[in-house]
Amino acid sequence: MTAAEIREEILDILEAIAPDEDLSNIDDSVNFRDQLELDSMDFLDIVMELRKRHRIQIPEDDYIELASMNSTVAFLEPLMKDIQKV
Amino acid sequence: MYDTIIIGAGMSGLAAGIRLAYFDQRVLVLERHFTIGGLNSFYRLRGRDYDVGLHALTNITPKGSKRGPLARLLRQLRLSWDDLQISPQLGSDIVFPGVRLSFDNDLDLLREEVAREFPLQIDRFDRLIAEIVEYDDLDESHQQISARERLAEALTDPLLVEMLFCPLMFYGSAREHDMDWGQFSIMFRSIFMEGLGRPHAGVRLILKQLVRRYRGLGGELKLRAGVQRLAVEDGRVTGVVLENGEEVAARRILSSAGWSETMRMCDDGAPVVSRVPGRLSFCETIASLDVEPHTLGHNRTITFFNDSEKFDWSRPELPCDLRSGVICSPNNFQYGKPLDDGTIRITALANFDYWRHLDEHDYRLEKLRWYDSITASAVRFVPDYRHRVVDTDMFTPTTIVRFTGHENGAVYGSPEKQFDGRTHLENLFVCGTDQGFVGIIGSIVSGISMANQHCLRE
Repeated sequence: MTAAEIREEILDILEAIAPDEDLSNIDDSVNFRDQLELDSMDFLDIVMELRKRHRIQIPEDDYIELASMNSTVAFLEPLMKDIQKV
Repeated sequence: MYDTIIIGAGMSGLAAGIRLAYFDQRVLVLERHFTIGGLNSFYRLRGRDYDVGLHALTNITPKGSKRGPLARLLRQLRLSWDDLQISPQLGSDIVFPGVRLSFDNDLDLLREEVAREFPLQIDRFDRLIAEIVEYDDLDESHQQISARERLAEALTDPLLVEMLFCPLMFYGSAREHDMDWGQFSIMFRSIFMEGLGRPHAGVRLILKQLVRRYRGLGGELKLRAGVQRLAVEDGRVTGVVLENGEEVAARRILSSAGWSETMRMCDDGAPVVSRVPGRLSFCETIASLDVEPHTLGHNRTITFFNDSEKFDWSRPELPCDLRSGVICSPNNFQYGKPLDDGTIRITALANFDYWRHLDEHDYRLEKLRWYDSITASAVRFVPDYRHRVVDTDMFTPTTIVRFTGHENGAVYGSPEKQFDGRTHLENLFVCGTDQGFVGIIGSIVSGISMANQHCLRE
């Protein structure tokens, strides 16, 4: 997946987690926690969705990398480069 | 071999089941009873629909709210706010001799009421609210300090303190006389700062949504499947033995059966660590009316009443405590269309030992007698509706035991909670009433958080 595709995938996951949320104006540089008020349970869910959808294992120490869209995409790019977008 | 077996198809068990099934686990929910719901169930009697536990949902924040337990559980269960079809309350009262405080889902009303009835307390009340806002409910080190001590410092009018405790204890204190400060803060937010609401179809709507979601994800549910014991080998649980003798293997078990009840099921010979069982149980009367309550001049959603200045939250010596109670009308929510029947429900504290020792004949007579006494007590605080009653029902502490298995009919379980959900066995966990939070929203959050903490990370 390219960086743009990974971003789409993360948006899709966020939409699954928060179906009532408007994600069209998300700022990629701002923390999810601040703009979407995600809590620790939601961050676990992003990790679990990635595992469910793409078999990617993210150790708990790396959860901090999922703070914003920019940091998440940068962190996932090497892990997801061989995954085909379906 | 199941990944997880969940004991109990109540709110917490089903919510946990959804989480695990969603993340592709093989999950089995076992329910001893012939129907789902546990403490919060529903039934049909003589052509009318009834809820068992539900007066109102607490924690009702408006659609679009991002914070609070309701928003959190919707995200976790991948439900939309509209799925629960919640209508907010019309408004509720706390009534003590000579004083009435009204509240609705906007904290400003309660503030104005406190300022009017207790003008010298309002600044202190505001500071108390600020402190409650700060309390972090995801912090597991629940401050086990006495809410009574904390409130005696915060407010100087004992009557206001009693009036605040009354609804919060009725809706969720397993402890007699007092609450933990953490539990007080959580309940205060859930009732006074977030608010009350109800689906038009009642608790069945919520349960049906949970079961539909659970089954849709491939989760399995067995009714009339009581667990006789848990099979234990070398400090691990390996599965369950059902009452019909069937054995089912699992990699872990999450039990919502209650702490002591779960410990007794373990066949490892480990002594059951004694834990003070809850003592607080209820009787509830339910009256169906041939009119809506508002035509009798009653438009309150919930009326919490107490007939003296001191509120006594303890197991009564008498079969039922007639000094205080909760009067609920399921009609008085902001629905788009009216309910089929008018209904008034009254909840009063009750003594389990008294009810449990009655033979069948006396039990029936005592139910009739206490139905009348509880109703007579309540109509001191709401318009008398007794001439419009077309049908009645009533439950007692023994009914609660039959449907929930809770020791002593203790609706809110043991006063001593197992917040981390762990047991002496490394792959046996508890959720539901004895883990932490109570009420419908609290139970669902309990199931979710125990599933997340103990069953999903590996």
